[in-house]
Amino acid sequence: MATAVESHRPAGWRRLVSFPIVFTALAVLIFFFYQTVLVKLVAPVQTFMGGWFPLNGINQCIIWGMLAVGLNIVVGYAGLLDLGYVAFWAIGGYVAGWIMSPFFAQWNFNLLGSPAPGFDQGIHVNFWLVLPIAAAFCALWGIIIGAPTLRLKSDYLALVTLGFGEIAIEFFRNGDNVFGFNLTNSSRAITPLDAIPLGPLSLIPGVPDRLGPFDNSYKFLVYSLLAAFAIFVSLRIRVGRLGRAWLAIREDELAASMMGVPLMRTKLAAYAVGAALGGIGGVAYASLVNGVNADDFQFANSIILLAMVVLGGMGNVWGVFIGALVLEWINAIGLQQFGDTFNSSFGTQVNFPSYNFLIFGALLILMMLFRREGLLPEARTKRVLQEPDRVTAEALGADMEGTDPDLEDLEGTKV
Amino acid sequence: MTQSVVEKAEFREERLRLSWVGALGMALVALVLLWVVVQAVTKPSQFASAFVTGINNGALYALIALGYTLVYGIIELINFSHGDLFMLSTILAAFVIVTVFNATSPSWSAVFVALIALVICMSGAGGLNVAAERLAYRRLRRAPKLAPLITAVGLSFVYQFFGVLTNGSAQRPWDTILGNSGFTIGNVKINWMTLVVIAVTVPLLLAMSWLVTNTRQGKAMRATAQDQDAARLMGIDVDRTIAFTFGLGGALAGAAGLLYMQSMQVTRWDAGFRLGLFAFTAAVLGGIGNLTGAVVGGFLIGLVGSLNDSLGLGQQWGQTVIFAILIVLMVFKPEGILGRPSVEKV
Repeated sequence: MATAVESHRPAGWRRLVSFPIVFTALAVLIFFFYQTVLVKLVAPVQTFMGGWFPLNGINQCIIWGMLAVGLNIVVGYAGLLDLGYVAFWAIGGYVAGWIMSPFFAQWNFNLLGSPAPGFDQGIHVNFWLVLPIAAAFCALWGIIIGAPTLRLKSDYLALVTLGFGEIAIEFFRNGDNVFGFNLTNSSRAITPLDAIPLGPLSLIPGVPDRLGPFDNSYKFLVYSLLAAFAIFVSLRIRVGRLGRAWLAIREDELAASMMGVPLMRTKLAAYAVGAALGGIGGVAYASLVNGVNADDFQFANSIILLAMVVLGGMGNVWGVFIGALVLEWINAIGLQQFGDTFNSSFGTQVNFPSYNFLIFGALLILMMLFRREGLLPEARTKRVLQEPDRVTAEALGADMEGTDPDLEDLEGTKV
Repeated sequence: MTQSVVEKAEFREERLRLSWVGALGMALVALVLLWVVVQAVTKPSQFASAFVTGINNGALYALIALGYTLVYGIIELINFSHGDLFMLSTILAAFVIVTVFNATSPSWSAVFVALIALVICMSGAGGLNVAAERLAYRRLRRAPKLAPLITAVGLSFVYQFFGVLTNGSAQRPWDTILGNSGFTIGNVKINWMTLVVIAVTVPLLLAMSWLVTNTRQGKAMRATAQDQDAARLMGIDVDRTIAFTFGLGGALAGAAGLLYMQSMQVTRWDAGFRLGLFAFTAAVLGGIGNLTGAVVGGFLIGLVGSLNDSLGLGQQWGQTVIFAILIVLMVFKPEGILGRPSVEKV
């Protein structure tokens, strides 16, 4: 194993260096396309792009991608099934709602913040400072939730994370009256959020000094940067000591612990890092929709994120990110647009967006049945997920020969 | 599996931890009991009506929890879609009883219709569960544990889609056979439907328990649960036994669906998620894999839920209370009230 890691390293390094360049180039290219090229194109192209690829929707896709990359650390790297990831998204969002909005009008505090015009009261902290604060706060909650529960077996853990997720959601929904104190404003939403200040960057001609709710093209750059950060962190941790420990735990917890991997600490780290990225995603989402609404956080979000991780290939950061972009595009824009086109051309009244549950559910089932390693699998994940576990392999008796279709695949696999 | 080994390595600290963890757990239980007693003494009539509601809900939870516990007992899979199977059968029950036969008032023909509907719901839900096992879970029996669990989550989404498709995205009220009619003892109103729920649930539970302990099929189920390979060597058709278990669990969920539709008088597409998780908590509370435990847990969770709704934090915190129980239980006593601590094979 050690030699395999060594021999992969040069290629991995080249990828790591080339990825930021390609990613930045792509982001800047898309930005300029929307900023300068699109407005000069003919009207049909503009309506087409505005309908099928609106910048607002693309930003949303990128944020979902970032969240999926965060969940990938918990599910894909460490193999801990987390069904309550939406809790961290919500916590991150509410941190943003609390410290960069006029919501707490009884306290006045401004730390390099840029409140929306006319909303000077309340707590206003600079967007770029809120990101690490939310990340740290979420990581703390990840540890608080993880510490007592990570001892559980994988399927119990899934249910407990789900329970925590539901409790968090219900807390935020009922949080407009916590012992008489309005903490979350429930489904009336905390709004408006502060703008994103650009600081010294605004010295460049043409760049605004702050990004309000409608500066989608510049926000696209900001969210791309955050997504790139999430991807970069994931890739870097993956090759390091911690990442290899996660993969070892995912593949065989017992063997890993015998090799000296501290199980609890390593799993907690996965939880904390995943939660921190979820928090950053939450802040980004809150700034995109310019508010925090308790109704935005649903159990379904956790499952859709899980589908994104599964589709792209558990553990493969790029697969997960691209899978998330595609799925969220389908969920938020594609189905609606396709439905409108379909209904207007065939005169039908089919409500296509309501089919998203069917699509995501069927996707999860079919992926698990036929392509468990995802569409863009890591070579390593593929081997692990296609091979039966040790106990099963030992238990496969002679009496089963010919009865189990999996047995044929077993031959030639070293168990 | 690693848990036991690791814990042995840290034996001394572990024992220390367990002792204060145990004490804390006992203190929590004592506090809850104290609260219940105080409520019962200070507000007796409210408490009694909450108690009746709790028994009604508890019977439904017990029926659903048995489905979880049967399946978990035999293949160690948390059948996440079980709650949504129950939800689909509430919709099926409404369709059969109200839409097809239009039985909305008590009469002998309505009783006959209800019995037909019960058979349809039980066989429908059982059949659907068997089909899910045949098409999805069976192929994943030797896959890593994450795979069947994610499949179950996906299946639950698919069921919910069909729930929305047939029932709409809002809850739908229905006229039921017995409606809200009932009788009163003192200040406490007891619905006839509550008695019907108990009259249907208890025989079903007894029949189930007889089936598992006294029949050949039950013996095969227990053998398969203990060791699939050994059971196969003894000539037991393991695939058939597992399919039968899924069918049995599904049939109980089907019965629960009909009783829910008749006693709550609504159907809603998201009922399965909430009730399914409550029932799962009940199964864990009783000790997952333990049939008696599931029933006891079901009634306990039903009582806790209804006491909370009327006397505790209120309905809007219902999920929080139940899930807090689930989490506390997982941390302090994962084997449940009646279960045995499991030592996993390495």
